[in-house]
Amino acid sequence: MAQFQVNAGFMPLFDSAVLVTAREIGFAEREGIDLRLSRETSWANIRDRIAIGHFDVAHMLGPMPLACNLGLTPLASDTIVPFSLGLGGNCVTVSNAVWDGMAAHGALADLDPTRSGAALRRLIRARAAASESPLRFAVTHPHSGHNYELRYWLAGCGIDPSNEVEIVIVPPPFMADALAAGRIDGYCVGEPWNSVSVVAGKGHIATVKAAIWRASPEKVLGVRKSWARDHPDALSALLRALHHAARWCQDSQNHAELTDLMSRPAFLGQPAEIEMRALTGRLDVGGGVLRKVDDFFLPFDKAANFPWKSHSLWFYTQMVRWGDVRHSPANTSIALDCYRPDLYRAALKPLGVALPGANAKVEGALTTATPVGSAGASLILGPDGFFDSRIFDPDMLDGYIATQATGLQADA
Amino acid sequence: MSPAPLKILVIDENRIRSAIIEAGLREAGYDQVTIVHDVGGIARRIAEIEPDVIVIDLENPNRDMLENMFQLSRAVKRPIAMFVDRSDTASIEAAVDAGVSAYIIDGLRKERVKPILQMAISRFNAFSRMARELEEARGELEGRKLIERAKGILMKSRGMSEEDAYALLRKTAMNQNRKLADVAQSLVTAADLLGPGGL
Repeated sequence: MAQFQVNAGFMPLFDSAVLVTAREIGFAEREGIDLRLSRETSWANIRDRIAIGHFDVAHMLGPMPLACNLGLTPLASDTIVPFSLGLGGNCVTVSNAVWDGMAAHGALADLDPTRSGAALRRLIRARAAASESPLRFAVTHPHSGHNYELRYWLAGCGIDPSNEVEIVIVPPPFMADALAAGRIDGYCVGEPWNSVSVVAGKGHIATVKAAIWRASPEKVLGVRKSWARDHPDALSALLRALHHAARWCQDSQNHAELTDLMSRPAFLGQPAEIEMRALTGRLDVGGGVLRKVDDFFLPFDKAANFPWKSHSLWFYTQMVRWGDVRHSPANTSIALDCYRPDLYRAALKPLGVALPGANAKVEGALTTATPVGSAGASLILGPDGFFDSRIFDPDMLDGYIATQATGLQADA
Repeated sequence: MSPAPLKILVIDENRIRSAIIEAGLREAGYDQVTIVHDVGGIARRIAEIEPDVIVIDLENPNRDMLENMFQLSRAVKRPIAMFVDRSDTASIEAAVDAGVSAYIIDGLRKERVKPILQMAISRFNAFSRMARELEEARGELEGRKLIERAKGILMKSRGMSEEDAYALLRKTAMNQNRKLADVAQSLVTAADLLGPGGL
């Protein structure tokens, strides 16, 4: 008989794997949790159902709890992040026509964000000179890692994301169809929804999240703050179950079982072979050209589950950058309070596993894999660089915000 | 002078359900109701209609796209908030339970909008009930057909009267604590497996 019942919502994306395996492989049960999973059709539903108490916790986009707490969403409850569900996992996919245009302007099938971004900029300028309509890119949600990393990449390559391209919202499972039908020219989404276009012969992967910002935050476990306050033991047990589930997902010996599980219609319903690409980092980038991406998706390694405050703060800087929210001391402290490494640490301490000693880190500073000081066993972090070699030091927040180009400045 | 009538947009892929909602709204005196089934080109429609209230089914996977569009409409000073009154948690829960959501132009008096939301909730619930009843009726019809076939098999293979065949089925169901239709299904399946000369 389970000690706790926890209701969780998730979206059909590969990075729901840690939640799914916590239930299906039995890690939750071992911690005395009856983990009930509900598959949802939109992030808005997840947000609403967590707000009214249908869900206690949910698979969420990293910036989403922040957007809730900053009052940027129609219905919101105070939401905290005590656990990250992985790092990386996204790609930028373009239509064959756009890829041909980029290739004509110097892009190679090497996923290099600098080179492919420069080629995209030249293509966009050539199209503008010929009075062609701007390219339309899709992301899954305005408050998503996808939106912010796509904009970061475009702006870093001298493309104004607010004026030189159009950015629209499309649900992940519809991306490939929208691209094939010509309704969009490209998109940024998590796997397997990039490989689905490649397999269909309708798209080409131009670059990957792991190349734009290596080991960068993506989905998180969002928890209703009042539930966490009222059920500290259930939360701790859940975080331990997720920790074991994440380690299981990272282990290559389990990848066949994991992709079989996720290929079931109740979860992702995509062929296991396509889902395997996210785990191995071996991608067909288009037309059968294979590329191996290091750290493409990390469900566990490199402290992937630690809810770094520097991740929350970086999302905040991008919200400020693109005009979602005004930079102020009050908003900064909301961003700081959203991610909760203290809860992660408290839950995992009894396991004697490696725990980072700091709550935040300088993002982009590690050029190689680096052992770091931590409580208990050894821990490896990095490399974690941004493609443009910029560094985000959370202690220099004002300076970073002041110097980051908005779309217009990037264009100048 | 009474305020201008509210313009209501209903976005629902289900044509029957949206027709039920539209009828309800019109009966209640709202005559400026627009129904949209397909979200393709929805931005232009919203700009044309300038709705005060947007009703949408929660199963629509395009909710994130629609919400983003509403947020962007802030730029033209038509902010839209979900529901009328965030503190009215009972209404919000009732709506989510019913599977419907509403977006409302900021600044509308809640007394003006609440009846619309309540109408949408009750019509969504009515539709779900109807769909459930239809499903049950279908199941019942299937069950009755199965029982007829099972009776026929018994009458033919054991030379029973229709009444005795029915009594035997019912007694078996009671003894095994199963539904009559389930027992009939087992018999029909067995007969099918054994073929025409089997029983």
